Amino acid sequence: MTRRRVVITGMGAVTPLGHSVEQTWRNLLAGRSGVGPTTVFDAGSFPTRFSAEVRGFDAARVLPPEARWHAQAGRHSGFLIGAALEAWKQAGLPFPLSEPASSRPADGPCPAPERVGVYLGAGEGPLDFDPFIAAVVNGWRAERHEMDWPAWVATVLARMSAVRELEQEPNMPGAHLAQLFKVRGPCVSCLTACAASTQALGEATELIRGGDADIMVTGGTHSMIHPLGVMGFNRLTALSRRNDQPEQASRPFDAERDGFVVAEGAGVVILEELDCARRRGVKVWAEMLGYGSTADAFRVTDQHETGRGGIAAVRQALADAGVGIADVDYISAHGTGTKENDSIETLVIKAVFGPRAYRVPVSSVKSMLGHLIAAAGVVELITCVLAIRDGVLPPTINLTNPDPQCDLDYVPNKARPANVKVALSNSFGFGGQNNTVVVGRFAG
Amino acid sequence: MTKRRVVVTGVGVVSGLGAGQGAYWAGLRAGRSGVRRITSFDPGGFPSQAGGEVPDLAVNQWVPKAYRKAAKLMSRDIALAVAAADTAIRDAGIKTKGTAPDETPDLDPMRSGVNIGAGLICCDLVELGAAVEHAVEDGRFSFAKWGREGMEAMTPLWLLKYLPNMLGCHVSIIHDLQGPNNSITCAEASGLLAVGEAFRTIQRGGAEVMVAGGAECRVTPLGLIRQWLLKRLSTRHNDRPAEACRPFDAAADGGVVGEGAGIVVLEELEHAQRRGARIYGEVKGFGASNNFVEGLVAPEPESRGTTIALQKALAEARVEAGALGLVVAHGSAVPAEDRAEARGIASALGRHAAQTPLTATKGYVGNCGAGAAAVDLATAVLVLEAEWLPPVRNCTSPTANCGLQVVHGPGRAAALGHVVSCCHTYGGQTAAMVVSRWTQ
Repeated sequence: MTRRRVVITGMGAVTPLGHSVEQTWRNLLAGRSGVGPTTVFDAGSFPTRFSAEVRGFDAARVLPPEARWHAQAGRHSGFLIGAALEAWKQAGLPFPLSEPASSRPADGPCPAPERVGVYLGAGEGPLDFDPFIAAVVNGWRAERHEMDWPAWVATVLARMSAVRELEQEPNMPGAHLAQLFKVRGPCVSCLTACAASTQALGEATELIRGGDADIMVTGGTHSMIHPLGVMGFNRLTALSRRNDQPEQASRPFDAERDGFVVAEGAGVVILEELDCARRRGVKVWAEMLGYGSTADAFRVTDQHETGRGGIAAVRQALADAGVGIADVDYISAHGTGTKENDSIETLVIKAVFGPRAYRVPVSSVKSMLGHLIAAAGVVELITCVLAIRDGVLPPTINLTNPDPQCDLDYVPNKARPANVKVALSNSFGFGGQNNTVVVGRFAG
Repeated sequence: MTKRRVVVTGVGVVSGLGAGQGAYWAGLRAGRSGVRRITSFDPGGFPSQAGGEVPDLAVNQWVPKAYRKAAKLMSRDIALAVAAADTAIRDAGIKTKGTAPDETPDLDPMRSGVNIGAGLICCDLVELGAAVEHAVEDGRFSFAKWGREGMEAMTPLWLLKYLPNMLGCHVSIIHDLQGPNNSITCAEASGLLAVGEAFRTIQRGGAEVMVAGGAECRVTPLGLIRQWLLKRLSTRHNDRPAEACRPFDAAADGGVVGEGAGIVVLEELEHAQRRGARIYGEVKGFGASNNFVEGLVAPEPESRGTTIALQKALAEARVEAGALGLVVAHGSAVPAEDRAEARGIASALGRHAAQTPLTATKGYVGNCGAGAAAVDLATAVLVLEAEWLPPVRNCTSPTANCGLQVVHGPGRAAALGHVVSCCHTYGGQTAAMVVSRWTQ
């Protein structure tokens, strides 16, 4: 029996460069930066005072009238709902799905709800910070180095809300989508740090291949632009501190890179079994060809210096796709803009591709979008699909100082036409989880 | 494409009943409770004061000497997972860099993976309080002072203690497991979704061995108050904490928080046979679905998502409902949730509902969040091996409209061919897994 084929029939995105896929893509091709001073909290005295925020997006405006209660969703779930509605609509799916015994007319060739699932790399929601920190302040007894729990509880009960606490839980973004579309298939969320939504894409592909579902709503969302998130990354010295020039701070592969820029946003892709898509008569945008998942198993603080985990993930994905190194036309790098990632990722590409590494264009859209953490992978996969569709590669901007350790063709500064039949996207997570997917032009 | 067969060769549980599957099973047999008045902080000011705390968890016991420095980077959630993974891998008789640092490992690192579910890890508020002390102006938090002085008081690697993927990362490092690695974060279904995905990974040839399950510590001030805000906790039994959590019981008034980890070692059948592994049972079926949850806090009354998950698992296993020896239910002890879950299970069992024994574990160990469904799956496996049905602790009077055969009172011996374990979240996600006696 041949393996079931998995194709992409819808895409959606809400990012720092646009509230839709097309708007984001136009800005990426124009080399625009979505980075600016942080406004969602007072970062004025933090080591890093800039980020890439989603501006002016209000999920309540895109929700259909019968689904208004979804507006209680956390900030990141709001982005996700926007992206999911765009993707679902593009895929021409009935909204919502109807159960077999309902009084509505049958949805034709659309699969039954238990054949449709959700798989996301979804971040935890941002803390409800003001009540949270007020409780800590009110409860803390400095002279005894202790928390007065009854005082802490009193502030919590006065100021925290059940809904805002609930919406922080990492399964809630997926819960919103599952309720919105009324799916009865597998509903999963994962959070392998920066690799999460690539992992979601890969595992959702496997669910369809294995017959657990015919359609999977997949992708991810995250918003770590909040006081504890930025603090955590700053303490790790992972973030750029180029406060005087935020738009130039995200500089993957550049010799003067000094860390990543935290971003927020969401991306959704509708994955569908090929025969199902054919029966529904919908347009196919690209085909998911391969997936690789490995762990460095080295340290939680650093990648292995040989890039062994990344190398294994890329090789696994290529083997799974049945694609050779000569067939890859573009690599969407993890390319965070940290000293370590970019040098090691370059090593990974050289190890897998050999001399051909110098002829495969590589670019990092994180140079423009910043790092969407759990949502990075799906947004990058969407840019691969668009590169295939439009025959053009997004650039790596801010690449002005060559680094001898990073000497590949990173499509510096300007978008470039290219005939892309097969693209590869890497996501390497903090802690050592590595995920790679391969996507290709759908030939029929 | 034929799917490969997958068996369970190791079981690890860390919970209020102790560390290791032996301690856990002994606790169930004796009807002991791992739920007491919370001791890790003073619960006096909280409406619900009971919790299933792990006694004397010292993570250094569970990691090789060379790794003890890294243990400083572990939140409690990570420590639970690391401990349970160690006990599970030892239980499987497997030598790794972690269980036998001076010997040749038994596993090919590239063909051995990890899938450990996690929850929303709460940061240590005492640690935070000490730093925030430097950022208070006129009795209020000052962002300006925090950025200038307070932040510097936080340890540089602070964030790494609280990232949910670190459970799986530490386990992969300690035991040198370089294969597929995921961190499923799907609330109380995480542990079973992780084992289910690990099952699929081996079935399709992605690995020979997977260390899978979940862990979470909900016995924290923030964890406790969050569950209370969601109205999921018992508040009427603070004087008798061991009796507070009463799944399916007429006097139930909510659950209790717990901390715990359930980890199983899943192995491709021939790989297990070649090394002469002890086989607990075979994973025969897995299914996942979704309940429609109104406004995201009220359960779907018929729990159709529970029904569908069970039906999918049974269908894949080719096991009729009538052949099931036991259902291990989620049994959160939140009355509306238990009622709904019972209906969902009864629908799946059809005319066999009244004859199929059902049990639930949260009365013994509390609700371990992301670890809960994995602890339940581990229980299903242990039940299969021991052929003994544990009763639902604190269920003295099963609710009349249950329609199911809730095991209560003393446990009992039973011949078992197949057991199913199921779970749900209050966000809607559901999952179920069938484990069967292994035959050639």
